Amino acid sequence: MNNSDYIRRANSAFMTAMTALCTLLAVGALLIILSHIAWQGIGSLNFQFLTDSPRPVGEGGGIGNAIIGSLVLLLLASGIGLPLGICVGVYLSEIGRGRFGGAVRFIVDTLTGIPSIVTGVFVYAILVLPMKHFSALAGGVALALIMVPIVARTTEEMLKLVPHSLREGALALGAPQWRVTLGVVIPAAAPGIATGAMLAIARVSGETAPLLFTAFGSRFFPSSLNEPIASLTVQIYNYAISPYDEWHAQAWAATLVLMTLVLSINIVVRILTRKKF
Amino acid sequence: MPVQTEPPKIQIRDRRPLRGADEAGTAKKVAVRDLNFFYGRVQALHNISIEIPERIVMAFIGPSGCGKSTFLRTLNRMNDVIPGTRVAGQVLIDDHDIYAPGTDVVELRRRVGMVFQKSNPFPKSIFDNVAYGLRINRVTSSSSELAGRVEQALKDAALWSEVKDRLKTSALSLSGGQQQRLCIARALAIRPEVLLMDEPASALDPIATSKIEELIFDLKKQYTIVIVTHNMQQAARVSDTTAFFLLGKLIEVNSTEKMFTAPNEKLTEDYITGRFG
Amino acid sequence: MSAVRENEGLAFVGQGSTWRRALSPTGNTGDAVFRVLMLGVALLMVGIVVAMVAALTADSMASIRQFGFGFLTSQRWDPVKGDFGALPFIYGTVASSLIALLISVPFSLGIAIFLVEQAPHYISRPVGFLVELLAAIPSVVYGLWGIFVLAPFLRNYIDPALASAFGWLPLFKGQITGIGLLTGGIILAIMVTPIISAVVRDVLAAVPGSQREAALALGATKWEMIRVVLVNGAPGIAGAVILGLGRALGETMAVTMVIGNRAQISPSLFDPSYTIASAIANEFTEATGDLYLSALVELGLILFLVTFIVNGIARVLVWNVTRKTGGVGRAA
Repeated sequence: MNNSDYIRRANSAFMTAMTALCTLLAVGALLIILSHIAWQGIGSLNFQFLTDSPRPVGEGGGIGNAIIGSLVLLLLASGIGLPLGICVGVYLSEIGRGRFGGAVRFIVDTLTGIPSIVTGVFVYAILVLPMKHFSALAGGVALALIMVPIVARTTEEMLKLVPHSLREGALALGAPQWRVTLGVVIPAAAPGIATGAMLAIARVSGETAPLLFTAFGSRFFPSSLNEPIASLTVQIYNYAISPYDEWHAQAWAATLVLMTLVLSINIVVRILTRKKF
Repeated sequence: MPVQTEPPKIQIRDRRPLRGADEAGTAKKVAVRDLNFFYGRVQALHNISIEIPERIVMAFIGPSGCGKSTFLRTLNRMNDVIPGTRVAGQVLIDDHDIYAPGTDVVELRRRVGMVFQKSNPFPKSIFDNVAYGLRINRVTSSSSELAGRVEQALKDAALWSEVKDRLKTSALSLSGGQQQRLCIARALAIRPEVLLMDEPASALDPIATSKIEELIFDLKKQYTIVIVTHNMQQAARVSDTTAFFLLGKLIEVNSTEKMFTAPNEKLTEDYITGRFG
Repeated sequence: MSAVRENEGLAFVGQGSTWRRALSPTGNTGDAVFRVLMLGVALLMVGIVVAMVAALTADSMASIRQFGFGFLTSQRWDPVKGDFGALPFIYGTVASSLIALLISVPFSLGIAIFLVEQAPHYISRPVGFLVELLAAIPSVVYGLWGIFVLAPFLRNYIDPALASAFGWLPLFKGQITGIGLLTGGIILAIMVTPIISAVVRDVLAAVPGSQREAALALGATKWEMIRVVLVNGAPGIAGAVILGLGRALGETMAVTMVIGNRAQISPSLFDPSYTIASAIANEFTEATGDLYLSALVELGLILFLVTFIVNGIARVLVWNVTRKTGGVGRAA
């Protein structure tokens, strides 16, 4: 082995170490952030915190209304976004062919890349302005618009994974296309579509920017969809940028709640998808 | 030549020097002793023992799945990249066991070159493909010497006249047969002592195939060549010695002439006459 | 019904009315309805995007008419006088994204190479999952962590070190508060790393094994083989980086919380800055007057167009490689 060979080998070993280091740093960052959230947030967590609505500084208060608000917004967003997204996914996979299908796919891809704040501006323009006030409805619509392209993509991919032989078998028995799609293909892809939906919900539950001027936020428990509504994410934001330590602590606790939700969905999805293989 | 015979069907091991060896040099380049190979728990090679002399062409023949490619790849430890494989036995090249711990595998692969079944040129220029081995091994720092080595390799591979005006164009623009000859040139450029060829012409049309076969005939003046082929006529045309494999076992090794006219083993005869495989 | 059909022999052929047959190749009613519904939904998507462009343009009309192209070059952002210019935000957006990429790309490549080429399976799957979890953390959470953990850390340890080592560069002059362009860039880097590395992983995994074997068979070391793989995956890797760029350009909450939100163009990385997204987030609800609002909407329109183009380029480069399932927030 001559000298240059030694250098080559040392180089290779060095680069292996470097790539391992990069990965270690990334995982380390994750653990640092998560553990910090747990450590900071656990102190303020108690039943009262989870059920109360916000109070002025010094009086305690909680994020109960924000939790309910987030749930309401998620329900609204899913109610609109999931069916729409799945239908678009079905269209892209089963029907959309040729140039129009390609155009639609391009549009859906575009929607995926739109920054969520721009979506918020759009919903502000078409809902909040005409209605002359912020509303949970506007917030839900904004979140739904973010959800639709994500769900559409995963649905399309899951449908494409269903083997053609399954479709052909059904068609050969004289079933019309729509029966094949609804009765055979979608059920076959259902687990994948469900996990895709769950991931989209997890993703959307963390959105803040589009809610800032659609749902806006509130200090009260929600009473109607026509009014502004609080959400965990906006509450965290408001508390974080406030000058009060007490509210900072509440922001951490609220983050802990949010992260628990988001992480559990992700872990559950991961477990479910691993069992498939 | 007396040959050990055992009850038919299994375990012919010919340890005597082969007839071609006297003409081409008595040194044995590669000696394999009781090689057993496992993919996980499945045993793919059983007790293979064979000697490959210098500067001959030896062909490995046998039906699909008989282990000839697997065995070929043990000679340059290419199977190491597949997880879960295990080797027992010895493979001696110039009397050094390449499976001994502490063997420099990188150096081994420089001295035992390989051409694959499907040509796999790098997405670089023709020149850069051939120069790749020279560059990573730091064979020379002079660019004119590098160019000279590249030219020589391309000439040895009978490709120079076809590409000498477009050395900087992409290797992927060549035809299938040309790409395969390029891969041969790439392997030859670093002047290996042994050249392993895994069905080098199986993906090529008859004209390209005959060019490769002529090439092999020329190359054996300088290199020890082992070629795996499923095409018996090709083996008969090109090789000095032939080894017949079946179900992971070496059935017979003989001079090509004898193998195809009067083989020792009934199994060999059955295969060659097309009774199976 | 079927009894009638049998009696009519081959009558099922061509029986559907013309409009049914026009809508679906089988002429079946259910099919026609189904296709119309699905088509309607698809058209709705197109309509939404068209409406978006229309609404954004319409509502920025006032600002466009007032400032014209000067909007893009003016540095002034004065709500009181009604004089608005986008340049500070464009600068902040581009600068923070570039910093993010500069930091993130080497790390993302390293992670992807490690997980695909170096790590054994039982490590790469769980570790890959952990890296992907970084993408699941909401932006506002990154912002919170940024304000209370990263910023103080930078202010107390890293920034002073940078200032003393490189203080002669205009990049590292100025007051150190921990809140500014550099912090914004770093937080963005952490946020785009899982996305870029996920796409690069897919790209590298798609490189055929024969390329790796070809390199190894010529006596290449492991790292030399990896370089061959990288050459193979170069277009995809470029696409991944551009995808990360697109994501960084549009990031709002985390950036808004740590970048300082001051509309100024300053060469120093320690100084506060302002991105388009943060400006909109910060000032939208407090915009008084139509011109103010219109200027903000015009900022949104610019952001929309820029991310549209950037993502388009990324898509062309990466094409089908991004189309993988699972992976939280991947390429989105």
